[in-house]
Amino acid sequence: MLAELQQLLGPENVLTSREDLIPYAFDGTAALKQLPRAVVFPRDAAQISAILKLARAHRTPVITRGSGTGLSGGSVPVENALVLCVLKMDRILELDPRNLTLLAEPGVITQKIFETADAVGLFYPPDPGSMKISTIGGNVAENSGGLRGLKYGVTRDYVMGLEVVLADGSVCWLGNKCVKDVAGYNLRDLFIGSEGTLGIITKVLLKLLPKPAARQTLLATFSQMDAAAETVSAIIAAKIIPCTLEFLDRTTIACVEAYAKVGLPNDAEALLLIETDGHPAAAADEATRIEDLARSQGALQVRRARDAAESAQLALARRSAFSALARRKPTTILEDVTVPRSELAKMIRSVQHIAAKHTLDIAVFGHFGDGNLHPTILTDERNTAEMERVHHAIAEIVDAALALGGTITGEHGVGLAKKPFLKQQLGESSHALLKAIKHTLDPDALLNPGKIFD
Amino acid sequence: MKQSPLQSLDYSVLQQCMHCGMCLPTCPTYAETGREKNSPRGRISLMRAIADGELETTPNFAEEMSYCLGCLACTTACPAGVDYTNLLEHARAHVEQSGVVKTPRRDFVRWLTMKQLFMKPRLLRFAGRLLWLYQVTGLQSLARALRLTKLLPTSIRVAEPSTPTIQRRFSDSLIAKVETPSSAKTAKSASASASPSAQPFRRVLLLTGCVQDIAFSDINRATADVLLANNCEVHTPRAQSCCGSLHAHNGELDLAATLARRQLDAVDLSQFDAVISNAAGCGSHLKHYDRLLATDPAYAQRAAEWSRKLRDISEYLVEINFRHPQPPARTSTAVPNHPLNLLRSSIDGREKSPAPTVTPVTYHEACHLCHGQKISAQPRAILRAIPGIELRESAEPTWCCGSAGIYSITQPKTAGWLRDRKLNNLRATAAPIVAVANPGCSLHLQAGEAHSANPLQFIHPVVLLASAYAAETHP
Ligand SMILES: Cc1cc2nc3c(=O)[nH]c(=O)nc-3n(C[C@H](O)[C@H](O)[C@H](O)COP(=O)(O)OP(=O)(O)OC[C@H]3O[C@@H](n4cnc5c(N)ncnc54)[C@H](O)[C@@H]3O)c2cc1C
Ligand code: SF4
Ligand code: SF4
Repeated sequence: MLAELQQLLGPENVLTSREDLIPYAFDGTAALKQLPRAVVFPRDAAQISAILKLARAHRTPVITRGSGTGLSGGSVPVENALVLCVLKMDRILELDPRNLTLLAEPGVITQKIFETADAVGLFYPPDPGSMKISTIGGNVAENSGGLRGLKYGVTRDYVMGLEVVLADGSVCWLGNKCVKDVAGYNLRDLFIGSEGTLGIITKVLLKLLPKPAARQTLLATFSQMDAAAETVSAIIAAKIIPCTLEFLDRTTIACVEAYAKVGLPNDAEALLLIETDGHPAAAADEATRIEDLARSQGALQVRRARDAAESAQLALARRSAFSALARRKPTTILEDVTVPRSELAKMIRSVQHIAAKHTLDIAVFGHFGDGNLHPTILTDERNTAEMERVHHAIAEIVDAALALGGTITGEHGVGLAKKPFLKQQLGESSHALLKAIKHTLDPDALLNPGKIFD
Repeated sequence: MKQSPLQSLDYSVLQQCMHCGMCLPTCPTYAETGREKNSPRGRISLMRAIADGELETTPNFAEEMSYCLGCLACTTACPAGVDYTNLLEHARAHVEQSGVVKTPRRDFVRWLTMKQLFMKPRLLRFAGRLLWLYQVTGLQSLARALRLTKLLPTSIRVAEPSTPTIQRRFSDSLIAKVETPSSAKTAKSASASASPSAQPFRRVLLLTGCVQDIAFSDINRATADVLLANNCEVHTPRAQSCCGSLHAHNGELDLAATLARRQLDAVDLSQFDAVISNAAGCGSHLKHYDRLLATDPAYAQRAAEWSRKLRDISEYLVEINFRHPQPPARTSTAVPNHPLNLLRSSIDGREKSPAPTVTPVTYHEACHLCHGQKISAQPRAILRAIPGIELRESAEPTWCCGSAGIYSITQPKTAGWLRDRKLNNLRATAAPIVAVANPGCSLHLQAGEAHSANPLQFIHPVVLLASAYAAETHP
């Protein structure tokens, strides 16, 4: 099969040496690895179709990979798998300002999509913390969220059309440039968030927005977690929807400051990073009202970024939160639970309780405005006794989130990491429905087998 | 058997990488190939595989460690604080110890450079003398014209155009062993500066470097000058050794440690407020003596003090709140050696014409300054303080120029690609002068300009500052 692949793609696009494969044994998820059999770099849908036919003939599983920044083990190989990396499909095919759309290949880095739109006064809102390196294909496959989710939604809200290659090698277009379209089942949405298990995304048609004219960035610090949570509720209750409402706890603040050196206060228990955007007058007005609300909830300090450079710096600091936490302990295990926004304070208290109970170091940060929290367990994978407690803690965090009407993953997907908990959330019949869809589209279990469910 | 360097390394340094990928967009080799193996997290995973016993030390691994520029851009990008510098040094030492890349010629070159030339300061200076003779007697041009250089082994032939132009006088003959801010100078600057008395007297140790010493002694002189102008007494020990950065970056950690001990033995640190380095690569290594000698009970303490006192010149100047030079009393064209003037006269050809008010200067960040030492704002602060200079930013100022120690010899293709990319970015600013704080970068970039009609000039920021001080007091 390797020889056939080399013939098809050219030898430089088929990696097989051990040194080449080891770095593809993992993605951004801690403590998961499995060596693939080979890594291939196709250029277009036709080559992908041919690869899938070959793989099927040789009963070889295919794992699609973008930049491997996933945090649920989605692009970690399974045994004997072919890793199909789309990074060489990295062209922006069309920017259509008349219809406010952009057509891209899946390997385009998210940041480039943002910049391309920005250059013509347009705006691509989804911005996962990993946008500097994640691919748009990976974003669609995981339905990634980001720092602007509160006001602008997630990747799904910006996908108008997709080209996918199915397991049998057929190439399908789903969706189009029409704002309104109700022809047939909405299959496009089925593939968004399918984590590489239903088909391989080879083109993405994205919706763009006009660029907001102004932006204001605020930083509010609190001596108590509850006061931060209450501030969020007060902002929403005052009918203000900021575009960003991010939260960091004390540990996260310290790690981020150690990396980014942007002057975050080390004495605060909690910090909110808030951004409003829109018409200059409206953004400024919202910012002032938010400042007042934060003060009335007892904020220690409220600071407004002086200029665009400072707000970009603060956003960058927030983006680095997860990686910066790795400064504390060798292994960083990130959770991704979401609860209804009214339950945030309760959820945080549960996490603190669970950490104390298992004597674990758990930092919390997240997209407060969306109710999406990332409790992050700081540990050492070589400490078996502690890892045992980590597993208990994860299960309890999931239980707590579900008990509050939440979900086991807000944006990172199920992959391998959340697989054990999916049925608990969905219930028997919904879980079975998912499996039935997978079986229909991929009867030979060729595409990313063993992810989401067995 | 003795544990290999990668296996003896503290495992948590390897574990620190959580493969988040935040470093990928800043890595030049990953940008070139798009393969994980050629990225920071890929390389770290290979090192870890070796430490875990999952991978043998193969020639492929050795090649990968040599393909890495060691530009340390990944360390700046990494939020997790992975100590990649340390990892790479250990990985390269591991490769050397394993012997997978041994060939007689490679062994000879390494023996000659690292074990002889750069271990023996007198020998290096003697070689420098010979090279100087070769250059001034015109033999070099003759050899180039006759294509005699074709006879050299490929690796040396590639490097030949970027061999430094050796200075007629080395640092020792340009800088006295001890120089004290003269009363005359102090008086002059007293009239010129706003608050000279606010500059307390300081005593500093000046490191002249090895290559810098023979090829860029003017930079060393300028460094002494700017320190004097800021009320520092400058001590410059004779016949200094190499700092060992060449060795540490190329897998000879033991020799690097020997050289570090030699440095520490040669000075009484307690006398000095600071130890000053002016070459980015050396400084980056010199600051790590504490780590290098951490387990040596006889030296650990002194090494820690050394690291605490070590400063890059631009870092130090900003730290002591350096005196901003005043605009020259009359037109600065009166200062014969002012680099800006040399340039102006060559531009307009009329010696007496009034000088243009500003000369655009752009700044190339040497990797070991911006990524290795996180010094980025300070050289800019110096350039901005110089009257007559307009600092223009280039695109990708922190991208490696491809020089990277001996990289242009070991990986000419990538070095060339990066040099072109860098020169294009620099030229796009339309500034005729590029301020650079590392001799390796200057040489490498200069060689790339060899056939240019209007070659860029590469000047150390400190040389520009020294000329500005000189212009101040010039009659
Ligand atoms: C520091 C950091 C911060 C992050 N912040 C966020 C955040 O704020 N919000 C968020 O949602 N996520 C975040 N993530 C998670 C991750 O970046 C996203 O899930 C991202 O979308 C993954 O993109 P990728 O290109 O790296 O995909 P990969 O990790 O390579 O793949 C992810 C999944 O998508 C599948 N896939 C990839 N490409 C295709 C394709 N073309 N067709 C079909 N399937 C495909 C893979 O099989 C896999 O299941 C973060 C990760 C890191 C490391
Ligand atoms: S940024 Fe740091 S932690 Fe992340 S992959 Fe790179 S080296 Fe590893
Ligand atoms: S040192 Fe430079 S070339 Fe090497 S891995 Fe880091 S960024 Fe890449």
